[in-house]
Amino acid sequence: MGDGTTIEITGLTKRFGAVTAVEDLTFTVEPGRVTGFLGPNGAGKTTTLRTLLGLERPTAGTATFGGTVYRDLKRPLETVGAALDAAFHPGRTARNHLRVTATAAGIRSSRVGEVLEQVGMSEFANRRVGGFSLGMRQRLALATTLLGDPRVLVLDEPINGLDPEGIRWIRGFLQSLARDGRTVLVSSHLLSEVQQSVDEVVIISRGRLVRSGPLSSLELDSSPRTVVDSPDRARLAAALDQAGLEYTEGRGGFIVAEPDPGMVGHAAFVGGVELSSLHRLKSGLEDSFLALVGEGEGAA
Amino acid sequence: MSIVRSLGSEFQKVLTTRMWWLLALVLVGYVAMMSGGFGAFLGWATQNPDAAASAGGDTALPPGVELAPLLYSFASSIGYVFPVLLGALAVTTEFRHRTLTTTFLAEPHRTTVLSGKFVSQLVVGAVFGVIGFATSVAAGAAALAAFDLDTGLDSSDTWALVGRGILAMALWGAIGVGLGALVPNQVAAIVIVIAFTQFFEPVLRLVSSLNDVTASVGRFLPGAASDALVGASFYSVASLGSTDSLEWWQGGLVLLGIAVVTTVIGGATTWRRDVS
Repeated sequence: MGDGTTIEITGLTKRFGAVTAVEDLTFTVEPGRVTGFLGPNGAGKTTTLRTLLGLERPTAGTATFGGTVYRDLKRPLETVGAALDAAFHPGRTARNHLRVTATAAGIRSSRVGEVLEQVGMSEFANRRVGGFSLGMRQRLALATTLLGDPRVLVLDEPINGLDPEGIRWIRGFLQSLARDGRTVLVSSHLLSEVQQSVDEVVIISRGRLVRSGPLSSLELDSSPRTVVDSPDRARLAAALDQAGLEYTEGRGGFIVAEPDPGMVGHAAFVGGVELSSLHRLKSGLEDSFLALVGEGEGAA
Repeated sequence: MSIVRSLGSEFQKVLTTRMWWLLALVLVGYVAMMSGGFGAFLGWATQNPDAAASAGGDTALPPGVELAPLLYSFASSIGYVFPVLLGALAVTTEFRHRTLTTTFLAEPHRTTVLSGKFVSQLVVGAVFGVIGFATSVAAGAAALAAFDLDTGLDSSDTWALVGRGILAMALWGAIGVGLGALVPNQVAAIVIVIAFTQFFEPVLRLVSSLNDVTASVGRFLPGAASDALVGASFYSVASLGSTDSLEWWQGGLVLLGIAVVTTVIGGATTWRRDVS
């Protein structure tokens, strides 16, 4: 798409010295939907977003808005609104922070009052950011993204630090942005945090893509299953094949399409395989998410 | 024009935090104290040479030294540290408070952002020059007038000195930007500014003036170049040797060179890095 509203990540790799933060990552984010960009802390979400926004240079691959890199966008803030770490100069007021940013991007200053109103921060406009709670900073960061009335929103952990009322508010807000036909990409390390507001998910773990598709495809995974793991996965796979059980391999072990862990344990016993974990995957999106990203056993 | 937008944003950044007027206030106090206090002391000593001598000091100025330019130039000879600090803070604050992310999202062309900082701090430095010289001329002239000494206010040389002094202060603001780009760590940048301007350079200038060879190198020290540009300084009287300082325009070029070189090197290194 030429209008730059589709986020396209293609073969993206980013290394910091010997550490590979993101490896050969490919996915697209379409307009009109809220897409959750999920993965545990350290999975490479922030690095991916920073590369997309031209703040970090990719080692290989590309991250573009419909083929255009951020730096080459004609009016970046009027194309993409991004909130990365809610960092502000503590001595500057909320209004002045927005004015400084609007001036740099060539956005008329009347937008400042409008976006403050939009995020419900008008009464704090003339207070210094140094006294703000994390939740207020998050709202101010969101207001900054809206300055240019962009078609694409990229929000890194926007729900972090919000109180329950704030969480409810932002869920509705994100949905209304997507209903306008905007592209909304929201990162989080917890699926449960965003599952009520996202339509699509892109799940990464250790810098690699684990799953991308509609949230409903993850729901299919959430019928009762059994998670099993072994120090010798090849033999475990053979034992499961032998027993005629269907399974997929996640980072936390095999997810077996069998609600009864006893059956899976028996299959392993017959095959003479040592098990390191065996438990029922509770019917919940979070569990299938955690199983996919390899934190199933730690969190269960 | 993105450079104009960047420039406007940089001015707003300076004016929307308290640092600029805090530093301006300290500049006014410091310069008023030195220029007025020193002027009053020299005025008293000139009128009462016997009392001054008995107070234990040879206070007579070298022949040919005029009091007025000496007092007025305090605005830049001691005040230059303030535009440097503000220029360095304009860069290092963005690293310290991680506002560089927002800045680069609004203007992804980093050279444009750095150019905006360079030019805006030239202007801010010039404004500090105006404030500093207004203070030094007011306090110094008042002290001289109190002892019936020539204030030099009717001399075009005095106002040429003030003009060159404002130019020097502007260039110091830009040097601050270069320093901040080279040393983005705010604490390190401040320590370097204070230690160099208040200790290392004065010592180097004094020591280098002891010998003709070192003196010819010492006049290229930034503070010495600045004083050469302004045309008078406390140091030119206090230094022990008699080596000529640089021409005023050479001093200006040395300052401009330092500002450009540090900004270009900083812009090609720390400023290019990943912002994480």
